[in-house]
Order: sequence, then C-alpha cells, then structure tokens
Amino acid sequence: MNNIDTNTTLDRRQLIAGAGALTVYLALPGTRAEAAIATQASRLALKPDQLSTYISINQDGSAIGWVGKIDMGQGTDIGWIKMIAEELDLPPERVSMVQGHTDQTTDQGGASGSTGIWKAGAALRNAAAEARRVLVEMAAEKLGVPSERLTVADGIVADKSDPAKKVSYGDLIGGRHFDVELEWNHEIGNELLVKGKAKPKPPSEYKIVGRPGTRRRDVPEKVLGTHDYMVDVKVPGMLHGRVIRPPIAGAVPLAVDEASVKDIPGVQVVWQKGFIGLVAPKEWDAIKAAKALKITWSEVKPPFAGNASLYEHIRGAKVMKKDEETKVGDVDAAFAKAAKVVEATYEWPFHSHAPMAPACGVADVRDGEATIWTGSQKPHHCREGVAKMLGLHEEKVHVVSATGPGSYGRNDAGDVTMDATVLSKAVGKPVRVQGMRHEGHGWDPKAPASIHISRAAVDPDGKVTGWYFETKAFSRREFFRDEGSPERTLAGQLLDWPLKPVWLFGLPGETYNFAARQKVSTTIPPLLERASPLRSSHMRDPGGPQMHFAVESFMDELALATNMDPVAFRLRYLENPRDKAVIMAAAEKAKWQPRVGARKQQNGNILTGQGIAYAVRGATRVAVIAEVEVDRTSAEVWARRFFVAHDCGQIIAPDLLRLTIEGNIVQTSSRALKEEVMFDQSNVTSVDWQTYPIIDIKDAPESIEIILIDHPEIPPGGAGESASRPTPAALANAIFDATGIRLRQAPFTPARLKAGLA
Amino acid sequence: GEMHGKPGTWPGTKEDDVAKRIELNVNGRMQAIEADGDMPLLYALRGDLNMHDPRFGCGLGQCGACTVLIDGEAVRSCQLALDAIGTRKITTLTGIGTPQKPHKVQAAFIEEQVPQCGYCLNGWVLTTVALLEKNPHPTDKEIREALTGLKCRCGTHTAILRAVKRAAQA
Repeated sequence: MNNIDTNTTLDRRQLIAGAGALTVYLALPGTRAEAAIATQASRLALKPDQLSTYISINQDGSAIGWVGKIDMGQGTDIGWIKMIAEELDLPPERVSMVQGHTDQTTDQGGASGSTGIWKAGAALRNAAAEARRVLVEMAAEKLGVPSERLTVADGIVADKSDPAKKVSYGDLIGGRHFDVELEWNHEIGNELLVKGKAKPKPPSEYKIVGRPGTRRRDVPEKVLGTHDYMVDVKVPGMLHGRVIRPPIAGAVPLAVDEASVKDIPGVQVVWQKGFIGLVAPKEWDAIKAAKALKITWSEVKPPFAGNASLYEHIRGAKVMKKDEETKVGDVDAAFAKAAKVVEATYEWPFHSHAPMAPACGVADVRDGEATIWTGSQKPHHCREGVAKMLGLHEEKVHVVSATGPGSYGRNDAGDVTMDATVLSKAVGKPVRVQGMRHEGHGWDPKAPASIHISRAAVDPDGKVTGWYFETKAFSRREFFRDEGSPERTLAGQLLDWPLKPVWLFGLPGETYNFAARQKVSTTIPPLLERASPLRSSHMRDPGGPQMHFAVESFMDELALATNMDPVAFRLRYLENPRDKAVIMAAAEKAKWQPRVGARKQQNGNILTGQGIAYAVRGATRVAVIAEVEVDRTSAEVWARRFFVAHDCGQIIAPDLLRLTIEGNIVQTSSRALKEEVMFDQSNVTSVDWQTYPIIDIKDAPESIEIILIDHPEIPPGGAGESASRPTPAALANAIFDATGIRLRQAPFTPARLKAGLA
Repeated sequence: GEMHGKPGTWPGTKEDDVAKRIELNVNGRMQAIEADGDMPLLYALRGDLNMHDPRFGCGLGQCGACTVLIDGEAVRSCQLALDAIGTRKITTLTGIGTPQKPHKVQAAFIEEQVPQCGYCLNGWVLTTVALLEKNPHPTDKEIREALTGLKCRCGTHTAILRAVKRAAQA
C-alpha cells in the first residue's frame, strides 16, 4: 500500500470532494455561498509532478480530474472527461472536472491558444492512464492475482479467469490521494506535460473518445436560468464598486469633489494617483454616484488622430521589433528574375472583445490575504498579478473562476479584478465591480490593428517562384501573461507601475511550397503608452484572422494572375496530404466550379459567389468555402452558406467539435463583415452595440456544413480557434467571385462595396 | 444610439430619487421592495430580490440579456422603470420551466446544446416563448425577424435557429 499517502488524505480535497463527484462539479464554480471554499481548501501545496494534482478517486469510485485550464463554453471539460474516462475505464458520467481554481489546480495556462485538449488533454490522459495502472496494481495485491490477469470495466477491477474476484476503485483508494510521482517536463502553463509509467490506450481500443453523445453539463443550468455566473457572486458585506474613466484618454484626476455624491447613501471615494473609483452598498447607488461624482481631469492633448488615418499611421510608424521566419531559397533572386511581380496590401482594424456584458470581478482583500472571483480565462495569471499588486505571496491569493459573459482571449476581465482588488484593499471590505457597457467596449484591451504586404514573383511559365509576406502591426502582447503583473492592467498603469512592453504579433501558418519564401512580422508602438482604450492584446486566434485574410486573399489574386482556378492553384503549391485533403473535401462538398477570375453570377438584384481559404494552426488545418449573396442596391453581404473541412488530428467529441466550429465561423464572419473599433482624437467611440455592430440573427448563415476528418493516430491539435483563421479570406474571395470587387480592407461593409457596384 | 463613450449619458438616473414601497408580481408571487420608482426593473430583480437569471448586458436595451416577460411580452428589464410596471405579471427564465418540467423552448435549446457562455439566453429563450405564443409555426424569416436585435457574442446563431424550429415542432 505504499502508493497511498494516508496522512494527507482528504486534507486538501475532502471539503469539496467528500460529497461526491457531481456535487463537486456543480458546487465549485457556483458562487452563492461558496466564498469559504477557496481559503479552507488551500492547505496542501500542489506539485506538477504528482499524480494527485490531476486525478483523484472519490469514495464511491467516481473520479475527479483537476486542471489548470477552463472550459469557456465549447465543452472542453467534456473532452477532458472523455479522455480520463477512457483511460480509467469509467463511464463519462462518473468523471467530473475541477477547473482553474488556483488553490486546487496547478498552473496550466488557463484557457489559451486552443491548447485545452491539445496540451492539457495530453497531460490528463497520461495521468489517468497512470492512475489506472496504479489501481490495477493495488487490486493485484489485494486480490492476490497477477495484474496481467486483471481487467477493468466501469471502475471494477476483476480477474479475467474468475470474475467473482473483483474490487472497485472506491474500495481500493476512494477518498484518499495517490502518492505517485510523474515524469514532468518542468514547464508550467500551456506547455506543462506529465507522463507516468503507463502508456495510454491505443486508439483502436477506444470506446468513449471519438464517439458523439456526451452532453455538456452546464447547458441545462444555463438554459433553465439556474447557472451562477461571475455577476452572481455575492460575498457577505460586499460593496459595489465603480471606476471612472476619463473623457479624454490619458487624462488623470486633478481634483475630486466628494460633496457631489454626499447625498447618495454610503458612498466612499477611492482616489490614488491616476485611479479614481468609488464604492457603495447598493449597486444602483454606485452607478448613480459614478455618474454624479465631479472630477476635474488633467488637460491633455487628445492622443489619437482618429481611425480615418489609422493605416497611414501604421505605414509610417517606427518599427520596434522585427520577427522573421527562416528564409527558404533566394527570395531576392526570385524577384530579380521574375517575369511578373504581384503585390497587394491588406488592412485590418482594431477589434473589441465585446463580451456579452462588461466584465465583473469580486475581490476580498483582508488580513494579509486576498480572495478573488473572476471570469478571466487565466486565474493563475490573475493570482500572480494580484499578489504583486498587494505585495503578497502567491499562496495568500486565492482565485476562484466563475463563468463570465463569454471570453475569447484577454478581454476586460483582468482589468476589472484588479480594479476590485485596489478598491477592496482601500476600503477593507469585499468589493464587486462591473463596468457599464460603454466602459466594456470602450476600455477593454483590443485586438490589434495591422497591415499586411504580400508580394509574389512569377516566372515566364506562370509559376510562382518567390513569396514575401510582411505584417506591420500593433503588438498583441503588450499584455504578455495577461493580467499577471499590475502594469498590464488599467489599474496598475494608473498607479504608475513601470511598463514592460512585449513586441509580438505573429506569423501566418500555411505550407505553400514556393521555391523561395520569406515571412516577416514587425510591431509598432502603441498610440498611447499608458491606460489606453486602444491597448492591444490577444483575441480569438491572435493575429490569425488578420494574417490569413491577407495570405489567402492574395493566393486568390495570384491564382488570377497565373490564370488558375483558386482550388487548383492551392493544390498545385501544397504538398502535405492533410492540407490537400481539407481543400479537396471542402471543394467537393460545396460542388466547387473551377473558374479563373470572378464569375459574377446574378439572379435579379442578387449577386452570388463562392470563395475558398485554408489555414494551418498548430497541428490543425481547416479549409472554408463561403457562399455569399450581395445585394446590388444595398451592397449588404449575406454569408449564406459555409462548407468547412476540419482536420484537428484525433477527434475527442465530434458533436461538440461541430458546435465549436460553427461558433468560430459565425463569430469570425461577424468580425470580417461588421466589426471595426472607431475612435476620434480623444477616445474610442465604439462604445455599445449600435456603435460597434456585430452579426445579427437576420444575417446568420442558413447552413454550415462541416466535414470532420478524423485521424485517431495523430494527437489532437486543438480546435478552439482554427476555423476562425481562414473565414475572413473565404468571405473576401466569395465577394470577389460575386462582384469582381477585391476588398483589401476589413470589415466588408456596404460602404466599402458600394462604389464598385454602382 | 445616443451613447458616445462619455460617462454621464446613462439613462434613468435622477438626482431626487426617493425610495418607496413597490409591489411586484414575479413568477406568480407578490413581492414587496423599497426602491426608487425610476430604478430599472433589472436592479430590483437582481439586487432587491436576489434573482440571478435576468442579467445586465448593456443597460441600453440593445442586447436582451436582461429580458423578462411582462404579461407574456418579451421586455428588456434594464429599460423598464419600476413605476411603469404596476400589477402586470413578470416572468423570468426560471419562471417558465424547471429541471423536472422545462418549457418546450428550454427543452429544445438543451437538446440542440445551444449555449456556449449562455449569458445571452434570457433574450433568446423568452423572446422565442413570446413568439411561439403568437405564432406557433413561424417560418425561418419570421423567426429571424422576431429575434432580430438580440445579441450572441459566441456565434451560436445557427444553433439558436435550429432550437427555435425544434421548439415550434414540439
């Protein structure tokens, strides 16, 4: 029994695990009366190389998976459950997940980069396989049967030759921890990987992974209205806080007239350097006080030139850092010898994450400890940042994840928890902050604006011999590790924390085999250094939709320049069979008609067209064909049908994967067709759903037909973002096919199409 | 919209508010609160009555996350002052069905596994309930027109359309 650490049994987890798996799943993110859990359950240090960090078995033989990532509504948790259940030979119903809580899970990077299944799934699968091996060994000892003779079904270990000889997981270890060391790659965050002595099952033995039908557990609660969200967190004695932002970006408070809010009950103003906020016992009073509080702001020169000159600004801006992918072949020679050079520049605006609600966070900073409730994707980063802000050790900061109003990257959730932290520390009571809509849209970190130059050399035979691709953009990771340090939050910047910018945008992912090729990415300074409403961060498939809008629009332009059909062109210059397979599968499904140039098919006032684009993201590749209708009079574009071929290696949950792909396609269509953050000289002016329109149900596609290409033998490559990547270019190429108009600037609004249609 | 990013344009606030006793008929129960008459219903439901189902999304009537039914009509509770309600019946998402007996629209949304974050669901589900009361078998076009204006940031629109059609056939 030396595998079991009986002394620490139940120490860390009995409070939450004792009542059984289902209760754990429901209670942990729950927020009504769970305030006490975080501090009480925090006593045992989590080690990345311990099996107990990832897997435990309850008294009743059910299992819990512990993961330092979070499902954001695509069913990633169900994917983990299926992978763990498969390895443990348990039905998925008997496995539950604890996600993101910093006292109970190790830092696996939060929801990030489509790595939920890809990377954390790999670690959990290895851990579960090792747990099964250890349990079988324990059963062998207990039953006096060699482990090779044992088999497991539904958590019961039995003798193959004498099925009466059996013992359950619950009887073997239920409620106690594994004390088994794993091999750990010494990474934390997304790259963390562990493995045990056991090898995971070969895919040929799968009964759960890859099969549809495991339902999401959060869906009924959400639809019935009983699911608790971040906004529902209530801590005894909690006050409602608001932070007040300046009318001109960059201004700071010079004078605050507290008498202006003296008639509103219980208002307390908190003013520290550039940070000005207040708290009140009732939320409506805090809202009224934030409106009524008279503040004299510093006179600053309006910091922006307005979005009309955005791309001109980017073109002329100083380059802070240049990233380059290894050059293949002699690019200069290819261009020198070219019979024809094709060149185009593409432009993409700032986007707002614009979640369904402005972010909400609760902080309870008292007695040298802090408990934080957050809708952030990155609770471990949140812990890091709050600990630094308060000067506390990280183990004194407890971060509980709660369901936010949607999260597709680094949105305003990290800022609001830091606001709550500053306010709670100042007033000595728990404080809840939720901004108003105009603050959510106006001040969330934005997806960066960019321009992309694409240039190709074509030889006398019409063959593309060289390709040069250059991005020039605002850095998307001025906020590296998200809210993991105060200077990456609005509050930290307003409190004068020294800035530590990171210069990074990214390079596109594709595998065109042009003989000579070079890809370059350069980043430029922010428009306003500190506390800017145009700070840029990562948003779903960071840089991907932007870069691939350019890359894949340009491939269509090159196809035309070399008198080729866009599908045939791609197949000519791709070699990887998986890349070719997604393109061919999408083309077949869409009944692709080979063509050179725009077909401009017309039916009355409606022009129709199809366009293709493909992209690689990590180990995943996707081809998207969009079918659009363009109204000649209104110049409105309806993305009516999509055909998607998706290869992410091994598929875990095909039904949930389909829904994830649909969401990617619709959300990215919205970005490509509608979205653009507008700003004037003083501030962001896209501050609600009227001034930052997104896709409406009237414009939703009629159908999205998805072909899933399963490769059980290839490890899962991630699917949270991949289908976002080619969608804008597929739309731009379809609009070209319908109208002959080549749009090189997003979004594809009627204003941009109208001139060409007239 | 009239909002242009400047704090201070938030609707519905007056300087001379006085709390008073107000009775509300919520999910079949009469409940009394002390509140300003011009406070939007949303804050009474969430703050005074401690309900979690209607949610603040925009406070501008642009998204639907705060939707409730008022005598069967889908209404944005962030835009409805308490004084304007009177004795009309307020029904929220938890008031139309239970885990044991979900409303047919809820059953259809569950069957289609519609939500991702799910924050917007009050609007989609309750507006569909109101639609199907008036028009039990709407066409695709009628569904889109009835639901226009509601927001979903996760992009679940295609799943929503499937769920509404499923509910109409139930």
